[in-house]
Amino acid sequence: MQKMPQWADVILVPLISLILAGALSALVILAIGESPYEAVKIMVQGAFGTTNGWGYTLYYATSFIFTGLAVAVAFHAAMFNIGGEGQAMIGGLGAALVCLFVPFPHWTFALLGGFGAAMLFGAAWAFIPAYLQAKRGSHIVITTIMFNFIAAAVLNYLLVNVLRPTGGMDPATAKFPEPTHLPTLHDMLLPLGIQFSKSAPANVSLIMALLACVFVWLLIWRTRLGYEIRALGHSESGAIYAGISAPKVAIISMLISGALAGGMAINNVMGEAERLVMNSVEGAGFIGIAVALMGRNHPFGVLLAAILFGFLYQGGAELALWTSIPSELIVVIQALVILFTGALDNMVRMPLERLFLSLRRTEP
Amino acid sequence: MTFMKSLLSAAAATALCAGAALAEPALIFDLGGKFDKSFNEAAFTGAERWVEETGGSFREIELKSEAQREQALRRFAENGNNPIVMTGFAFGNVLSEVAPDYPDTKFTLIDMVVDAPNVRSVVFNEHEGSYLVGMMAAKASKSGTVGFIGGMDIPLIRKFACGYVQGVKAVNPDATVIQNMTGTTPAAWNDPVKGSELTKAQISQGADVVYAAAGGTGVGVLQTAADEGILSIGVDSNQNYMHPGKVLTSMLKRVDNAVYDAMTAGTDIETGIYVMGVANGGIDYALDEFNAPLVDDDMAALVDGAKAEISNGTITVHDYMSDNTCPVE
Repeated sequence: MQKMPQWADVILVPLISLILAGALSALVILAIGESPYEAVKIMVQGAFGTTNGWGYTLYYATSFIFTGLAVAVAFHAAMFNIGGEGQAMIGGLGAALVCLFVPFPHWTFALLGGFGAAMLFGAAWAFIPAYLQAKRGSHIVITTIMFNFIAAAVLNYLLVNVLRPTGGMDPATAKFPEPTHLPTLHDMLLPLGIQFSKSAPANVSLIMALLACVFVWLLIWRTRLGYEIRALGHSESGAIYAGISAPKVAIISMLISGALAGGMAINNVMGEAERLVMNSVEGAGFIGIAVALMGRNHPFGVLLAAILFGFLYQGGAELALWTSIPSELIVVIQALVILFTGALDNMVRMPLERLFLSLRRTEP
Repeated sequence: MTFMKSLLSAAAATALCAGAALAEPALIFDLGGKFDKSFNEAAFTGAERWVEETGGSFREIELKSEAQREQALRRFAENGNNPIVMTGFAFGNVLSEVAPDYPDTKFTLIDMVVDAPNVRSVVFNEHEGSYLVGMMAAKASKSGTVGFIGGMDIPLIRKFACGYVQGVKAVNPDATVIQNMTGTTPAAWNDPVKGSELTKAQISQGADVVYAAAGGTGVGVLQTAADEGILSIGVDSNQNYMHPGKVLTSMLKRVDNAVYDAMTAGTDIETGIYVMGVANGGIDYALDEFNAPLVDDDMAALVDGAKAEISNGTITVHDYMSDNTCPVE
């Protein structure tokens, strides 16, 4: 029996966490002599007030959806994949390679080709830690986090020594050819008569991210593999007793997870930069952990949490542009939200559970 | 909803009015951060000097992510800020796309060239300055072994290293130069602890002068060199004051002058490519009361001679980035 009703678990707990984080952030802003009301106004208007703001918010959210789903899928199999960052980096490498060396005739082919290559590379990068965990017992948290560093080093070597165009100073690949450029929301919405900001980076990858949400929901709750993944996540010995091959399911869940993290590359590499730069992932792999925690590992929750974090990123950028709040304090505000919604979840949950239990006892 | 709408439009209106009223310049700092005691801070110093002299004000932002590059440029341009100054080669690609959209706004890009009618590109001959401090390092070294600690392993920093080695070898062809890079990610620009470790490692190999071309990481290099009683060489800004008598000199890259000039010229700024080198004072070595006891007349005469020869073209320092190779190790 559940300790509290579903709606409280899904809505009330995150909401109270957010309010607590917001209150603390307001105190921080007050302490440096700025107005919290003005700050919130700038953030909300900057993130949702214009189509340009929406474009950036959704752009960040698209990346976070992919990495959030990646963490969520692995988590259902009780695998804590901290390596989304590295998998996304290597996924970006895959997308960049096909964009640079395959002559795509049209962006639709480029999208599918780039998405496929990014997922393949991301999955391959997740396979080694997955194999080591499933067959050799090396702890997945340690191996995936170390693989982030290896990915950064590999990418650095390739960008500086191999892929950098001659004469280029930036450790980055050349610009991808014209046919691989993905349509932005501006291009997509114009035929429908909607004017969307031309400079915002949100692009067709958003649709792919939403499809990925549906795919993950189907996979986890509507397929046999999803059942096996969840069974393994709840109890390994129980899953083995039921005839499920634990190493196989663990590896498959990590492959899917790595593919989702790698798939993010269509957004930041193909959609925004249209070339591969060194730090293209920018922590989205780690934000994905917070997104999955806050979204309760459910695709719909991940979607909402990703938009929230997109808002924090874009709103934070607006704060940096138009106020004198130091950029370090903007990171503090973002970190407070992660702390309360992710790490301090039980601080809100336990008292609420006790409250609901006592309410239930008083009923006849 | 309607209340929210009116609130938002009111905010938008005030933002627009504010934008129209002032044509103040804007300064965008690269990911290294504003107070790196080096490259970005030099830009900030230049802007502050302009504020002091004119009483004007400027907008500024420290970037936190790659996507913000284009965003910051466009938002400042739309806000009416002019000219918009940015530090760092990483803006090159983005600016070449953004600049044509705002033909009435003038941009100044430091460390990279963008060919557009409304962009002033300022580049520095860092290899020339590194050559000069390399000569001083070789002259000051008693062990015949000197060190180089770079930030992130990218061509720009190899350009520093290559110029430095050439300078060292010009004075002492038998000298050994130990080269280390701090890292392979942008974090290498701001890792003083690693810089300190690398310095200790180089000292154990016999180095008694180290040159730090590593942004904020250099703070750790200079500190450790001072603690261990060897000499160090600062970069970009004049860092001699940080450890008086322990910093041999600093390779000056007058980013502050570039920013100051751009802001002073304002909207009338001349565009095109500006190469700042030893010849026009854009690159120099630092000599002040903090390092005067370390630089004897002999050394000063040697370096000033080389300066003159680089200026008139007698000496050509090889530029690593011209062909991605270095003639000396």
